[in-house]
Amino acid sequence: MKKIWILATRELKTFFDSLIAYIMLALFLGLTGFFTWIMFSDIFSNGRASLEPFFNVAYWSLFFFIPALTMKMFAEENRTGTIELLLTKSVSDWQVVVGKFLSVLLLIGIALLLSLPYYISITYLGDGVDHGVILSGYLALILMRAAYSAIGIWTSSLTNNQIVAFLLSLIIGLFFHLLFGMLASQISGTVSNVLFNLSTFNHFSSMIRGVIDSRDIIYFVSLCLAALILTEQELSRRHQA
Amino acid sequence: MSISVENLSKHYGSQRAVDDISFEVNSGEILGFLGPNGAGKTTTMKILTCYLAPTSGNAFIDGKSVLDHADEVKRKIGYLPEHNPLYLDMAIFDYLHFAAAMQGVAKGKISNAVKDMIKICGLESEKHKNIGELSKGYRQRVGLAQALIHDPEILILDEPTTGLDPNQQTEIRSLIKSIGKEKTVIFSTHILPEVEATCDRVMIINKGKIVLNGTTKEIKAKSVGNELLNVRIEDFDDKSRMFKELIALPTVLVVEPLNDGEGKYQIQSKPEASSKREIFNLCVNKGYVLTEMTPIEASLEDVFRKLTN
Repeated sequence: MKKIWILATRELKTFFDSLIAYIMLALFLGLTGFFTWIMFSDIFSNGRASLEPFFNVAYWSLFFFIPALTMKMFAEENRTGTIELLLTKSVSDWQVVVGKFLSVLLLIGIALLLSLPYYISITYLGDGVDHGVILSGYLALILMRAAYSAIGIWTSSLTNNQIVAFLLSLIIGLFFHLLFGMLASQISGTVSNVLFNLSTFNHFSSMIRGVIDSRDIIYFVSLCLAALILTEQELSRRHQA
Repeated sequence: MSISVENLSKHYGSQRAVDDISFEVNSGEILGFLGPNGAGKTTTMKILTCYLAPTSGNAFIDGKSVLDHADEVKRKIGYLPEHNPLYLDMAIFDYLHFAAAMQGVAKGKISNAVKDMIKICGLESEKHKNIGELSKGYRQRVGLAQALIHDPEILILDEPTTGLDPNQQTEIRSLIKSIGKEKTVIFSTHILPEVEATCDRVMIINKGKIVLNGTTKEIKAKSVGNELLNVRIEDFDDKSRMFKELIALPTVLVVEPLNDGEGKYQIQSKPEASSKREIFNLCVNKGYVLTEMTPIEASLEDVFRKLTN
């Protein structure tokens, strides 16, 4: 666990050293703030105190940014050869994978933490804010981001080219984010059902309405785990030839 | 801390990068690992550092298998890979901290370990720079520093002096030698004089197989065979008589006149005999002017070329 933490904080520091963290935080807070309070917002007109607009925007706001965060994680190490130096330190492959995953998660955590003023403002502005719904929404956001981060880390481990990693994870993400849902509505039967359950939006939307179903949580957690296990498999492929 | 390799093989598809090799490195030894490019040096090192799993066979670091005790083995080894890959966007200071923490140096000791390494590796003046801003020589020092940061008992260095200028090579070499006093070191190189200057023992590997393993002295002795001398005898007109007189000496096997200069011969002695005295006495007795007598030592280079061609 200590090694994972050391790895994660090193990665997190490189996010901040390279400005990418600041750009992401500014963009996330700017976009969600703009849409939550100004554009398409009915917060001031209908007097409803809810963060639903925030969550609806947040569903998309980091979608493009997560691949940009994760693309370099293994691709760059593969390209420069530092992966060899890293894996010959006294860590396991799995610790390296989890450490990198945790670093993205930490950055996302910081972003969400910085959005708490929205929540606090809403609480002060209106009465009867449903705290349960908002907590459930935050949980949904974290879980969804975690799943996409894991997918991004996996695609990064497949190549030594960051652009390829970025595009791959964006395309895979797009399927989960949008295309599975769209396909499901076009067809019917079991396939449609499967696709519908694979779509992120289905699980996300019920959670931001405050419904925490164990199936939704299992969905996101298993996406994460699957991607991380695939990454570990990819790393250990160097042993076979 | 000894290293023991048993019947190690690594195949890439049909290619045998390492083909059933076995060797031992004793505690405190500096082993020079030689071989042409693609001979299997780097692959062997990658297996010893647990980066690659062997196709068959096993290697033991202090009795611990690289297959079953990777974590323990890795902690005992300091490794500098080929091309010295480093995080160029990190400061030296931060990077060494990170390397120390990753190798399990206790938190309270990291600062001192980093300070010591910066001093030992001569990075004092550069310590706050980013690694990307450093010259190649300094990067190599950072590479060595990160390998040494946890005071490992074994050092594995893959071509540590490649691409450095002659001054830097000498510096790194003497650094390795001074570090090597207390540690077991394996290092690979293409620079043969380097091996003679630094190593206790030499191993030459070719096409995945060990073709030679021994101390530098042993190897030279083995390859020299008969004594070879370059001799110049001046002011002598009758060359065929000179030749006859030389070949008539009891210890001389072959006399070969050399073209580069008047009266120069290469003389090969009979097995386990030396002709130096005989030639000298001949010249003294007959009043010939002997102006040169140079023993020719087979260099490691000759041995290398003979074994790997």
